[in-house]
Amino acid sequence: MTDATQNTGAVAPKSSLHTLDARTKRRNAAESRFKFYGMVAIGIGLLMLVTLLTTILSKGTGAFTQTFVTMEVELLETKLDKTGARDLEKIKKVTTFGYAPLIKTAFEKTVEAHGIETDLKSKAMAKILSKSAASQLRNYVIANPDQIGQTIEFRFLANSRVDGYMKGRVTRDSIANDKNITPAQLDFVDQLIAVGALKKTFNIDFIIGADASDQRPEAAGIGVAMMGSLFMMLVVLALALPIGVAASIYLEEFAPKNWITDIIEVNISNLAAVPSIVFGILGLAVFINYMHLPQSAPLVGGLVLTLMTLPTIIISTRAALKAVPPSIRDAALGVGASKMQAVFHHVLPLAAPGILTGTIIGLAQALGETAPLLLIGMIGFIASNMPETVGEGLLSPNSAMPAQIYEWAKRADPAFYERAWGGIIILLIFLISMNTLAVLLRRRFERRW
Amino acid sequence: MPLSWLVLLVLALATAGYFVGRIRVLKLAGGDVRALHSLPIYYGTNVALSTAVPALVVVMVWLLVQPTLIERSVSGMIAPEMIPEGSNLNLVMSDVRRVADGLNTAIAGGAMSLAEVEAMDATVVDVRARLGELGVALGQNVRPEVLAAAKSYRSAAVTGNTLRTLIVLALAVVGFGISFSKTKPDYRARNVVERAVLALLMAAASLAILTTVGIVLSMLFETINFFGLHNWRDFFFGTTWAPNFRGDSELSILPLLWGTLYISFIALLVAVPIGLFAAIYLSEYAGPKTRAIAKPLLEILAGIPTIVYGLFALLTVGPLLVNMFGQSGSLGLGWMSGATSVLTAGIVMGIMLIPFVSSLSDDIINAVPQTMRDGSLGLGATPSETIRQVVIPAALPGIVGAILLAASRAIGETMIVVMGAGAIAKFSANPFESMTTITTRIVSQLTGDGDFASPETLVAFALGLSLFVLTLGLNVLALYIVRKYREQYE
Repeated sequence: MTDATQNTGAVAPKSSLHTLDARTKRRNAAESRFKFYGMVAIGIGLLMLVTLLTTILSKGTGAFTQTFVTMEVELLETKLDKTGARDLEKIKKVTTFGYAPLIKTAFEKTVEAHGIETDLKSKAMAKILSKSAASQLRNYVIANPDQIGQTIEFRFLANSRVDGYMKGRVTRDSIANDKNITPAQLDFVDQLIAVGALKKTFNIDFIIGADASDQRPEAAGIGVAMMGSLFMMLVVLALALPIGVAASIYLEEFAPKNWITDIIEVNISNLAAVPSIVFGILGLAVFINYMHLPQSAPLVGGLVLTLMTLPTIIISTRAALKAVPPSIRDAALGVGASKMQAVFHHVLPLAAPGILTGTIIGLAQALGETAPLLLIGMIGFIASNMPETVGEGLLSPNSAMPAQIYEWAKRADPAFYERAWGGIIILLIFLISMNTLAVLLRRRFERRW
Repeated sequence: MPLSWLVLLVLALATAGYFVGRIRVLKLAGGDVRALHSLPIYYGTNVALSTAVPALVVVMVWLLVQPTLIERSVSGMIAPEMIPEGSNLNLVMSDVRRVADGLNTAIAGGAMSLAEVEAMDATVVDVRARLGELGVALGQNVRPEVLAAAKSYRSAAVTGNTLRTLIVLALAVVGFGISFSKTKPDYRARNVVERAVLALLMAAASLAILTTVGIVLSMLFETINFFGLHNWRDFFFGTTWAPNFRGDSELSILPLLWGTLYISFIALLVAVPIGLFAAIYLSEYAGPKTRAIAKPLLEILAGIPTIVYGLFALLTVGPLLVNMFGQSGSLGLGWMSGATSVLTAGIVMGIMLIPFVSSLSDDIINAVPQTMRDGSLGLGATPSETIRQVVIPAALPGIVGAILLAASRAIGETMIVVMGAGAIAKFSANPFESMTTITTRIVSQLTGDGDFASPETLVAFALGLSLFVLTLGLNVLALYIVRKYREQYE
């Protein structure tokens, strides 16, 4: 070996192949650096996901609990029904102002009963309650006029500042310039906590309730907006699924290869990439300005989202149809079925799980879409009434979950931000369950040919 | 008859037709299916389709055409000199519609008789107060010409609706009758039904074209109106965006375009390196287990609604950046004054685009033939050298296509910029300042008080059309590049 190299005059390697020379070391270092960059990239991506989810959870869970004050209120006959005739019309004439003294008295009695020492006037005490307390009382009395004169235990929402104090958002330092609450009132809150009259508990009204005005973040809920979203999704499902499936069947099974088909296909793939706001402009111009459909109605929102979801459904349905092997069609045609029968009796049922999965994913996308809803007016008002009939649900103005979240995020009071994050938790729960359902359906029914 | 009842009636007739057709043909064949040309269900379906389809098509066309016709004839009644100062025909017409609706409510509720409405005179009766009692709130007092127009609007609408009901029902009954009389055992029902179904399928497929046409037309008409009121040179080449209600607004797209492109650029600066490296790692290095976990997790980021990212930008990233770069921030630089800025929106949008870039690039890198990698590795290159010098150059056109698609997504994104970017239109290179984008302006110009005749509102349609053309151009280009690249290795 040594002789041979000497004979050819070539330079012998200076070192063994087992010891790395400088260049190999450099190349190997570059190799591991490159691999490291890749891992860092994945790490950053996952870190962002974790940050996003922990932010949502840590800021939003507070919206599901709320501070309540439990008190016994005497429904004084002298204040509410002076005649004593229990005439509902007369009782209704007493406005919420007429109920305020009852609450003040109730506070005085509570303080007395628990032996709380405080310098606060009863008017200042009543200020720790939500502005809705008096109307809550009034609604109860109007619903149960026979209870007038008795003493009944009520659970009142506390003011959003008190709620913020319970959740750590408001501190004695942060309220220095706040007109809505004083440190003395916070001391009083502490005393109420000590005797158990003021508690933070689970708040079902956030999930099923209606939105509230700027002044009462503590009473705002997402329930009505949820109904708005539900009705929109019904419209999307009722229109996008049949139209999408029909379009896919035509394009996949019947369409001749010509320029019209080409135009349709290019159109569909382009529509899938059109910014969602453009669909909002379309909805505003066509459905509202031209056809004069009611503004802010879930029907219009549903129509706009249908147009947006159609490309998604068409693309996934075509993939599902394509996955059914030609042998199925051939077999059907072979025993005498027409082309239409082969498609509707054999191919479509076999593709159904795939179609369903695609539809659910399309619906999930539509559920989270906000931008087009802004343009057709599903923001900027208070969605306060639950729709009572299907027609009302489709045609009367309502909000939708993402639009409601946007609305809360725009308001000035930080107490609404907590609501917005809480709304996002509910929205994500819907999206996650829909996507999980889609994955499960695919796992359960997917067929490999 | 209300529309929903009309539709339900037609559908009920069609359902009845299905059963009647079936029963009749079986009876004619003496209960022997073999004597029929087609299966019994086809005879039933034939009757049902002939009853429902023409009638419902007419309903749809009627719904589209009637408003235009009535609008045109009624707006002819309002002479230009009757339109008050500061108003326009559209506003007057919406008043007319509202009064007409009020009159309808009054008649339907039984509060006024038809004759009372016809005899109502705005110079004598206070229409606003009268309708207010019935729960129809009007913004201003009703002038005589508006009331007259509203009356003729109402009567035209009522006549139209009656006519619609009659024609649609007649069509349904005629369709039912003809198809029913044709229902005989030797009638080729299957062929007819299949042809009709095929036509329906085709109609569904062409809805995609209709949508595109609708998008373009709805924006084009309003854009033309806009250019009638506002100089197109100022819109395309002006340098100031300053809408006001004095009538001398400067509405030009360039500052908005600058903000849009700047934010998109920052978003791509975040998304492209991270997404690309993630794709390279997932497709070239990661084992099947890592891939099975990391890929779906990254794709969750793509499934999160944009409103969530918007809130994240507004309430988390923005304040965080202010804490770092703001006046009393940890770095003490004083560069940033508010939470909304180009950087806020750009970073958050970048996070949103990471999975978009990574999964597209992943597909494209996987499409590079294995033989090319094997050749390079066989010559002694390390995996990273193979990737940099063989795989990436081979996949480059596809990756460029993916980045263009991501850019088009960034340009059209709305919620993140509405919540995170701010509202000030200006040319500035400072990423810590707040800037505005095309989509933000569309939202704010169209969500105010909707006077659809002022250039301040109409400009949104011109902006929308520009946005549509911009993103469409990018998409077509990107798809062209990706498709061309795919062909190369197939």
